[in-house]
Amino acid sequence: MPGMADKLSSSVLAAYQSKQPLDITGAGTKSFLGSAATNTKSLDVTGHRGIIEYDPAELVLVARAGTPLKAIEETLNDHGQMLGFEPPFIRDGATLGGAVATGLAGPRRAFSGGVRDFVLGATFINGKGETVTAGGKVMKNVAGFDLFRPMAGSMGTLGVLLKIALRVLPRPESELSLLLEESDERRAISRMNRWPCKTQAISAACWDGQHIRVRLSGSPAGIEHAHAHIGGEKCTDGGYWHDLNNFRLDFFQQAGHLWRINVAAVSEPFGASARQLVDWGGAQRWLKSDKPAALIRSRASELGGFADCFSADPTVSTFHPLEGGILAANRRLKTAFDPAGILNPGRLQPGF
Amino acid sequence: MSTTRPANDPLITLLRAALPASCVVTDPVSMKPYECDGLSAYRQMPRVVVLPETVAQVQAVMKICQQTGTAIVPRGAGTSLSGGAMPHKNGVVLSVAKLNKILQIDAEGRTARVQAGVRNLQISEAVQHLGLYYAPDPSSQIACTIGGNVAENAGGVHCLKYGLTVHNILEIRMINLEGELIRVGSSALDSPGYDLLALLTGSEGMLGIVVEVLVRLLPRPGVARVLMAAFDEIEQAGNAVASVIAAGVIPAGFEMMDRASIRASEEFASAGYPNDAEAILLCELDGTGADVTAQVEKVQKLLADSGAVDVQISGNEEQRVRFWSGRKNAFPAMGRISPDYYCMDGTIPRKELGNVLTRIYRLSKKHDLRVANVFHAGDGNLHPLILYDANQPDEFRRAEEFGGEILDLCVAVGGTITGEHGVGVEKIDRMCVQFDEHSLSQFQAVRRAFDPDGLLNPDKAVPTLARCAEFNAMHVHGGQLPHPELERF
Repeated sequence: MPGMADKLSSSVLAAYQSKQPLDITGAGTKSFLGSAATNTKSLDVTGHRGIIEYDPAELVLVARAGTPLKAIEETLNDHGQMLGFEPPFIRDGATLGGAVATGLAGPRRAFSGGVRDFVLGATFINGKGETVTAGGKVMKNVAGFDLFRPMAGSMGTLGVLLKIALRVLPRPESELSLLLEESDERRAISRMNRWPCKTQAISAACWDGQHIRVRLSGSPAGIEHAHAHIGGEKCTDGGYWHDLNNFRLDFFQQAGHLWRINVAAVSEPFGASARQLVDWGGAQRWLKSDKPAALIRSRASELGGFADCFSADPTVSTFHPLEGGILAANRRLKTAFDPAGILNPGRLQPGF
Repeated sequence: MSTTRPANDPLITLLRAALPASCVVTDPVSMKPYECDGLSAYRQMPRVVVLPETVAQVQAVMKICQQTGTAIVPRGAGTSLSGGAMPHKNGVVLSVAKLNKILQIDAEGRTARVQAGVRNLQISEAVQHLGLYYAPDPSSQIACTIGGNVAENAGGVHCLKYGLTVHNILEIRMINLEGELIRVGSSALDSPGYDLLALLTGSEGMLGIVVEVLVRLLPRPGVARVLMAAFDEIEQAGNAVASVIAAGVIPAGFEMMDRASIRASEEFASAGYPNDAEAILLCELDGTGADVTAQVEKVQKLLADSGAVDVQISGNEEQRVRFWSGRKNAFPAMGRISPDYYCMDGTIPRKELGNVLTRIYRLSKKHDLRVANVFHAGDGNLHPLILYDANQPDEFRRAEEFGGEILDLCVAVGGTITGEHGVGVEKIDRMCVQFDEHSLSQFQAVRRAFDPDGLLNPDKAVPTLARCAEFNAMHVHGGQLPHPELERF
């Protein structure tokens, strides 16, 4: 599909020359994230699709950015493998490029890594219409700056992704979900943090106010061992983890803005009398709240963390605003990739 | 050499005013250990060496260097194998060795906050009583610092399962060229803005000076066992690696040695390797007891089915350590059979192993130099050791040429010129083989974004296009690329 890549790079070059801001779109499953600029021209990348290379014994898959994750998941599944970061919205048509650009990862994040941990290399078009390749398709590679990793979570503001190489994982031999009664938040957070000190079998842990749910992955013997240590009742997962990852649990249907709080897993309770669901063993806390954004963000900062607003609201920025030296460093990086500021301007932070 | 020079050097006057006297080294004898790193073939005496004791002193040094337009070469323990810490002749060597405190250990949160000069192994030792450890284990881990590990994105033998440095850190505090302290990342898993933490990891000291790192700690696996499998053909060993991984097993470590390495190591360490094997595999499985037992059985069968002539399994810790001892002593063992050796570090897709080794042996004949191969087979990271004698005229030059051709070969089969040692000064020209013009320009643009005047670790890691033009003119004879028979992608 070189024709499509050439077409995309000509479009970006033309936009660079005319300073025309672009709105890069995949399947649009996460279009609610990030403020959109108004005078943009749409650049649809969904036509640039297809798996380019996949050898199960290499644990590496290379695909074009517009490839639906569903196709990737099916291919991997046929060979007993899977994506390690459990991206959301697969069944809604989400693309690989969109998954990387937004950097969203599922319940497995705290235990096996996020999107950035699984990207091995990428080819992308920078803001000058130039096609750049960084990284490669091997596990260990320290040649050149790792420009492919910051693509994860960059919201398309650094480049138009063309091709991505991913490390993939074998599917666990078996899985087991456990349910433990626990109504005390501090104790729940502490328990979820202590278990991983003793076992590597945990692949998800969350607390919903009443119960802790734990997912164990691995060999049957390893899972039994971990179950004996953790305790709790075995339960059929009933699609719980999928529903959690895709905002389908009853929790997400409640009134109020949805906030995603990123903090250290051991952080004290968020408080602020919000309804909450604590995921990632404590490191990601979902809130439903109508409290002012400033209040939620200042509480998150107090805990050394960040608050992103996942409900579309034109008066609230999606992502926790950056300040000081780190803001300046982000701006410098943006300019190095996209000097004219035409790639998804304002989608990540005010001004870029 | 002029002994009066430092006294009259205005840069040194500024540095002495900002740092305690013991932290500014200018006399040639004391500076001598800094003239090279682990790649001792490349040497350069610096103008001055500074060893700040506090973060504020690092900030002061950076400001002085920026104002005077002085090159800064950051240095951890100086164990780089690519010349990453080789001094600049008009520049300052900034050693973080005195920033050596472990600031905080959080047992429940499984993290440790450490200063950049803390040694890699020191972290694991400090948390051993908690049943935790820091996973990346480069072979220099007794000496190398976490600051250097971040700069090089250091790996080790357990990367396939436990990842590289980038996968095992959460936050760094760095000093930029303006002398400002910047917090990159956080104790949370995801932080807003660009993932500068990932960008800085492996940036070879060109974007800032790391002064503090928050590392993740893992539980020590309850049990670890090693299988040692011998093969009559190297291709069979390569296929065995593929079959184990395709079967869904992720070993903690998966190493291969070829005949030359086996013989040298066995003589040196008596690890119990069969001397007549063409290749051996060492496969370490770790986890809980029952889990490991099940995996050992599975892998044993896979290895036998792949044609292993002998499979031995470590029955106890002593035997496990003995199996590893040959591999871990492979480098010193080479020192016994050859006056000098040159260690290469390419990565290739695993399926190319047989092909690449066959070509390496052919190159060995062409350059008339012996070669031995040790290989992180699990992640495709190859370490050919080229044996030569520096006292023989021309041998080092031939070794360098041989090494360069191995790296070109790694790129040609879809791999990379460096898996874990870094580009440094050693492989900077080979960057022109691996990356095209637009990609190199983008690297330069990122570099300038943090360092417009090119003062941080200059002339390393990322070549200018002018340098590549010169290299290509030299490298491509009569319009012919090396290995024209190979498909390029």
